[in-house]
Amino acid sequence: MAERVRVRSLYPPGHVRAPAYLRGRTGEVERALGCFANPEQLAYALKAEQKRLFRVRFTMAELWGADAERPEDTLDAEIYEHWLERI
Amino acid sequence: MTDKPNDPAARRWHDMGGASAGPVPMDGHDFALWEKRVDALMVLCGSKGLLSVHGLRRVLEDMGEEAFENYSYYDRWIAAINQNLVEHGVYTLEELGTRMADVAARGGTYGEATDG
Repeated sequence: MAERVRVRSLYPPGHVRAPAYLRGRTGEVERALGCFANPEQLAYALKAEQKRLFRVRFTMAELWGADAERPEDTLDAEIYEHWLERI
Repeated sequence: MTDKPNDPAARRWHDMGGASAGPVPMDGHDFALWEKRVDALMVLCGSKGLLSVHGLRRVLEDMGEEAFENYSYYDRWIAAINQNLVEHGVYTLEELGTRMADVAARGGTYGEATDG
């Protein structure tokens, strides 16, 4: 059973690696991709923490609602763990 | 849908995913010598640990929408590279200003390529 997650609906200023159109949306983890230095810290030349990165799969229906031309199609996006919450 | 569509006021201007867009220009374009030099400078600074693609993007995003309307791609790149190098202490703004005045004194055609 795939793990379901929601992209956190936060809107801080600065260099954010979770696109706004995905924030607040729910998807399922397609796979874990390993750990990478947090680009949101690297962008400011700060010492970066290692963060887990996940490929998350969303349906077009979830992203665009009634506007989705093909609601069953899916979109994969790679999102860092600190932008995800389990549901 | 889990909630209302994202508030346009909440997303930053560069975060365009899902927004309406016009046609994609498919015609190619050539690069000026100075643009190739900017590209080379980006690679060189990256190899020396002075600049990452993340630092580049951060400055581009902070420039705001107006910069994207008024400046060319490599205009924005060199501004972002410069910002990162100043932050890293590679040179001071005074040193940069002095060098810019020196280069400007060479004349308007100094930077033009003669053999591509």
